[in-house]
Amino acid sequence: MLDVKVLGGGCNNCKMTLKLVEEVALENGLEIRLEKVEDIQAIMAYDVMSTPGVVINGTVVHRGSVPSRDKVEGWFSLE
Amino acid sequence: MLKDKRFLLMFGFIIWVLLYASLIPLSEKIMSLLPFESTSHLGKALAFFLYDAPKVLLLLTGVVFAMGIINTWFTPERTRSLLAGRSLGLANILAASLGVVTPFCSCSAVPLFIGFVQAGVPLGVTFSFLIAAPMVNEIALTLLFGLFGWRVALLYLGLGLSVAVVGGLVLGRLGVERYLEPWVQNISKKDIAYESELNTFEQRINAGALAVKEVVGKVWPFILLGIGVGAFIHGYVPENFMASFMGKDAWWSVPLAVLIGIPMYSSAAGIIPVVQALLAKGAALGTALAFMMSVVALSLPEMIILRKVLTIRLIGLFVSIVALGILMVGFVFNLVL
Repeated sequence: MLDVKVLGGGCNNCKMTLKLVEEVALENGLEIRLEKVEDIQAIMAYDVMSTPGVVINGTVVHRGSVPSRDKVEGWFSLE
Repeated sequence: MLKDKRFLLMFGFIIWVLLYASLIPLSEKIMSLLPFESTSHLGKALAFFLYDAPKVLLLLTGVVFAMGIINTWFTPERTRSLLAGRSLGLANILAASLGVVTPFCSCSAVPLFIGFVQAGVPLGVTFSFLIAAPMVNEIALTLLFGLFGWRVALLYLGLGLSVAVVGGLVLGRLGVERYLEPWVQNISKKDIAYESELNTFEQRINAGALAVKEVVGKVWPFILLGIGVGAFIHGYVPENFMASFMGKDAWWSVPLAVLIGIPMYSSAAGIIPVVQALLAKGAALGTALAFMMSVVALSLPEMIILRKVLTIRLIGLFVSIVALGILMVGFVFNLVL
């Protein structure tokens, strides 16, 4: 099971990213463990300076913007 | 696929130039079709709106697209690696300049700040970046260029950078590290490797298109609103109305304008058309620019965000120093021009 973390405070783009990841997973019938990380120190542990960031199984795969749908689908089909 | 993109780009550029060239004839044509005297209040307001709204939106689309592409070379990670390990001085100039071309959203101010601290960027240099990034950006410069001409745009660029450089230097010299929140002081420095993300030509073009969608898509209502208010002022407020309280002779209007601007939050997009109209009615350029800088550079929401990493004392110091810098810009302008 993929472990997905969306890093970012309360910003709008972070919420949109979370929603997008959730949607794509649901549409493809994927079971993922999705978590929103808001604590700044936890975010900095991943060395992400521009939010939202996305971490999959411990690796930062995206930072700084809402990812495109294609990109999200790409993460999921990799496994 | 790549060939398609290049073709599309050329095509878009030609359309853009044609549209830009037809702004004046088109707006005059529309005005002549409307049943208003061009010298009446409503006529003046409409003429301003019909010419300036499309012009500014068109300019902005072009500049944001170009900037979206330029931004792909200047990620926050790259900027940080350029600034890490330098000492106060020239690095402040570098930081302020990078603040112009690095994409920045005040919602990311905290992670960015911590990221800089972690990499060992001196605090004064970080502040130069943080002052310049929201104040001097492509949106402000485009609107200034569109509504005031290139001289004022360049002046704003130069003075904005100066405030950022000097403000950062002063804060750095004051040794404000002790006024960071304790948990920030305890962050251990680490070497951070910078890996460049591969960007193909196509990815960069896509980034430009995305920037247009996101930025122009978000600010156009504010621009229309700003130009609308500006148009109203142009048409209905009497000439020289502003001279008595925002003119050159009213020296106190500069500090007042800065003070009023500090808590206000508006993107440059909304405030510049209003400032332009005030200017046309007799406000002094220095006073108007100081007001604008203060609105764009300092805002209550950003202070609240920065409170997570800075103590109240440091926030107070930060605001005072930047406000003082803007104040001087206002006075110098009014004196020289």
